[in-house]
Amino acid sequence: MIEVNGAPVDPSTAHPGQCLRTFLRDTGHLDVRKGCDAGDCGACSVLVDGTPLHSCLVPVHRADGRSVTTAAGLGTPEEPHPVQQRFADAAGFQCGFCTAGYVVTAAALAGPDGTVGATAGTADGDALARRFKGNLCRCTGYRSIRDALAGRTNVTPACGATGAIGSSLAAPAAPRVVTGREPFTLDLPTTGVLHVALVQSTAPHARITVDTRAAEAVPGVRFVLTHRDVPATLFSTGRHQSRLDDPDDTRVLDDVVRFVGQRVAAVVAETPQAAEEAARLVVVAYDALPAVHDPEAARAPGAPLLHGDKDPVACRISEPSRNVVAQTHGEVGDVVAGLAAAVHRTRGTWSTARVDHAALETHGARAWVEPDGTLVVRTSTQVPFLVRDELARLLDRDPATVRVVAARVGGGFGGKQELLVEDLVAVAALRTAAAGDPRPVQLELTRAQQFTMVPCRHPMRVTVELGADADGVLTAMAVDVLSDTGAYGNHGPGVLFHGCHESVALYRCANKRVDAEAVYTNSLPSGAFRGYGLGQVVLGIESALDELAREVGISPFEIRRRNAVVPGDAFVVNGPPDTDLEHTGDGFAQCLDLVESHLAATAHTDATRVPLRPDGTPWLVGEGVAAAMIATIPPRGHHSNATLTLTPDGVVTLDVGTAEFGNGTATVHTQLVASTLGVPAHRVRLRTGDTATAGFDTGAYGSTGSVVAGTAVARAATSLRALLDAAGGDPARLDRPLVAHGSCDGSPRSVAFNVHGFRVAVDPRTGEVRVLTSVQGVDAAVVLNPEQLRGQVEGGVAQGLGSALQEEVVLVDGVPTTAAFRDYRVPTMADVPPTTVLFAATVDPLGPAGAKSMSEAPYNPVAPALANAVRDALGVRPHEIPMSRDRVWRLVRSSPGGDR
Amino acid sequence: MDLAELRGVRVPRTLDEAWLQPGEAWLAGGSWLYSTPQPHLRGLVDLTGLGWSTVETSPGTDGTGLAIGATCTVAGLLAATAPWTADPRRASVAALVRRCADAFLMSFKVQEVATVGGNICLGLPAGAMTSLAVALDARATLLAAGDGARVVPVADLVTGPGRTDRRPDELLRGLEVDAAAMTATYAVRTLSLTPVGRSAAVVTGRLDPPSGTCAISVTAATDRPVVLRFGALPGADELAAAVAGIAAERWYADPHGAPDWRAHVTGVLAREVLDELHAGTREVAA
Repeated sequence: MIEVNGAPVDPSTAHPGQCLRTFLRDTGHLDVRKGCDAGDCGACSVLVDGTPLHSCLVPVHRADGRSVTTAAGLGTPEEPHPVQQRFADAAGFQCGFCTAGYVVTAAALAGPDGTVGATAGTADGDALARRFKGNLCRCTGYRSIRDALAGRTNVTPACGATGAIGSSLAAPAAPRVVTGREPFTLDLPTTGVLHVALVQSTAPHARITVDTRAAEAVPGVRFVLTHRDVPATLFSTGRHQSRLDDPDDTRVLDDVVRFVGQRVAAVVAETPQAAEEAARLVVVAYDALPAVHDPEAARAPGAPLLHGDKDPVACRISEPSRNVVAQTHGEVGDVVAGLAAAVHRTRGTWSTARVDHAALETHGARAWVEPDGTLVVRTSTQVPFLVRDELARLLDRDPATVRVVAARVGGGFGGKQELLVEDLVAVAALRTAAAGDPRPVQLELTRAQQFTMVPCRHPMRVTVELGADADGVLTAMAVDVLSDTGAYGNHGPGVLFHGCHESVALYRCANKRVDAEAVYTNSLPSGAFRGYGLGQVVLGIESALDELAREVGISPFEIRRRNAVVPGDAFVVNGPPDTDLEHTGDGFAQCLDLVESHLAATAHTDATRVPLRPDGTPWLVGEGVAAAMIATIPPRGHHSNATLTLTPDGVVTLDVGTAEFGNGTATVHTQLVASTLGVPAHRVRLRTGDTATAGFDTGAYGSTGSVVAGTAVARAATSLRALLDAAGGDPARLDRPLVAHGSCDGSPRSVAFNVHGFRVAVDPRTGEVRVLTSVQGVDAAVVLNPEQLRGQVEGGVAQGLGSALQEEVVLVDGVPTTAAFRDYRVPTMADVPPTTVLFAATVDPLGPAGAKSMSEAPYNPVAPALANAVRDALGVRPHEIPMSRDRVWRLVRSSPGGDR
Repeated sequence: MDLAELRGVRVPRTLDEAWLQPGEAWLAGGSWLYSTPQPHLRGLVDLTGLGWSTVETSPGTDGTGLAIGATCTVAGLLAATAPWTADPRRASVAALVRRCADAFLMSFKVQEVATVGGNICLGLPAGAMTSLAVALDARATLLAAGDGARVVPVADLVTGPGRTDRRPDELLRGLEVDAAAMTATYAVRTLSLTPVGRSAAVVTGRLDPPSGTCAISVTAATDRPVVLRFGALPGADELAAAVAGIAAERWYADPHGAPDWRAHVTGVLAREVLDELHAGTREVAA
């Protein structure tokens, strides 16, 4: 027997190769979550006889006769374990998917008061970070987790709180998240569920023939889906308000594979083990086609064509005959003349790596058919309504017969603005239902599949040429971008156009030219990633601008002050200016001032903190700054509808379609409702992310959860307030529920600004870059929830540091070599220095309660600010991220006198 | 993760029962076996029932060496050696164990199950226990069915990335360490692409006070352990020349560091190790 949270469980039912993690889940302990299934991330940590272990690495037979405690066994929402209380008080989580594993690990190390550190003799921050190197968090940047471990309180619990705008209300789900009870997508009983395992391509480009006979002979296998069994309809995995934004170039399962890792077949079986075993028995014959991996080669004449057979108009592929999925070429003014007139010129080419979202929850979905015929898909998605609409189209069904539900989503970062697993579970569920066996069908991607099949951040090559007059005022700006969209064009056009938009529009210049192309290659597809292309292009522009400031002899702050748009200026890229972007206030100037002042104020202290080489020589020190602008809402419409119902018991129920994935919209929506109606925050109940209960919502992307859905909520709350006032103002005296609606269509839009500053020390012997000071100035306008916003910024900075310094999906001839967390360096607690977050004081006339969006934006200026700091320290400019230690060392070697 | 193709796990109590049947593999801690699919395996033979997890001081003829059972966990080894910190003669070897355990990529929770023998048998260039065993000049005892046994220096057992000199039918029984290793002076330097990431270079130095001999060992940066031996503490130039003399093809390339950088930082770390050993001798002289 295994004693789990005090109750005996019989291990004899376990599969021979089963690990404790899945066995615990099979026996109802759904708080034990899968982040990696390989001992790298810690999300499945449990106590075994009091010792914290990664349950994915423990064979079930070794737990026999022992006692197992999970997060849910430590405490309850009503009576949490002291460590769980600390995580709630500090807001030591965002999506919360890693939290159960964190609290279990911390509980093993904590003193009676729930803090970890001084009592364990590990007050030193480095020692603490070493202890938690096996607990990855992708959302927070770890500062709030360190606060939880140290016992600091950052938020006000919902119970009794007014939820006033500007207060740090705790996330409504906090008591459930910290005790492991908030259900994520697949936290449902597994009884009677059919499981899907995928077969992936091993060839970069081939016509395939699939033989499923051996797989179908495995006991427990129900059926195997191949390209012969699925609709031939072309679609895009990328989802947008307008489905016309993305090219129709993808099939559910295709008879041509275009990258190593592409889905080839799906085995549906009674157990995950049977499905997985059978998937390895599917025989795929590859009739090889020529492949191309380099984006420059891919658009050259004679290159192998990935989608050459497709109609450019019907499929919305710009030039299939050149592998170009999207392009823009345009000029305003006269760039040649502007460069000719320039006193100072600078030019360079920058490149960025593939980056994985690394949301701790992998993609996963479960589908079933209700007795009334409704197809229900519960999935980890940022866009439930868009998934519903495209599923209906793919399956040729009325959208009213498809219901898509998102529970709490375990991290997104853009990666879940895709339709990647829902189609297969839907097809399989319909098939098993049609066979008279309407059972749920589930597909949960492995971590390796996240790295080999799920779209990554677009790698880009960005060339920037700038000209300026003697005062550093821009006379010309030319930007040339080549984006590698991989084998499919999901988000290829959107990322390209957005990437070249706010980055270029931030600066006033009479002569601008942008040439940009997104190109197919036989590589892992790229997709939506935090910042949506801006980060890549901003790296080039902000690096070039930094160099230009050096040429002119003015500070990097000053060159930005002289050239940035101010209210009244048009937003211009390479054609007519935008028509629905509004610019008010001096947020950008404030951000520059805040960062400049902070860097000056920390200079003296930092000088005492510069590491020394063994011979006493100090490391090289440099400062860098970079800026980024972002529209607060995606273009061309972003819609949300909110419904509020006030019942005589004083409870307000909010139905809104947007999904919570750690972005904190649930908290903000609660604040908007509570503060408008004057009810305590704990009286606000949320029902979100369900196409059956809420009105249409475009989805949680483009940082719209607060500014679009939040505006809809605020409008509904204002209407409800009027109804309540008309009814006497006292909910207890209502004789029937009051209902009010609000909606928002996402236009006009505003712009937000972020400026990041670093002071770094670089060891020229090893290439190590150590951050001495990190500061970000943030123009989020009215701050609705300071702690939560700070967390969003810190998390974005941490992700930015990962991209800038250490993360890279490596493909060798299209084959991924970094398909596990142990080989892909997601920042751990030890990798993320503290960042000072400073807010500009502005008010946005468009956003709810005067707020701007602020989820993606903090990521964008991080890499160029760091690159500019490294440039300052070394005297030689980085042109490639990540600036890993081996690359920085090579950079040192390439500098004059660099052979140190 | 679940090992889908597995049909059974045996937990033998005697060596005779522990030999592999077709399709089986030995299971030590399981922290690697269960971290990646094993489609070729049908069964596992769990070695932890054999009682080989002990750390003993005394097996050698002089009673002061060390024997580490193959299934001793990293955490178990740390626990066994931690008290030595208070013993001036063994404080340096205790620190070596701790530094090598810290070089382990995986968390302390994995160190609770990962074993010394299992880590070495993986043949990882960055195997933390390989670094330790090589620094200690440890010898591995390999058993084969019947009564065959052979003893191989760990420095020779690991032959390349994921490769060892162990035959598939040979079972690692444990490590033996000479008495001299227990009182030698050690220095350790590690470097990775990130502060606590997978080691890209591990350099250990060992100085044996009675004889004055010195060994500088390189792991993680090279595809297999490289031991540079000196009759006495080398000069900086002599050491640099020895590092520069490591064959170019030894420098390891994987996503955790470029080979040219690894070669360079190995020289940097080796110099620091040497300086620390020199400083130690000056302290003794003073």
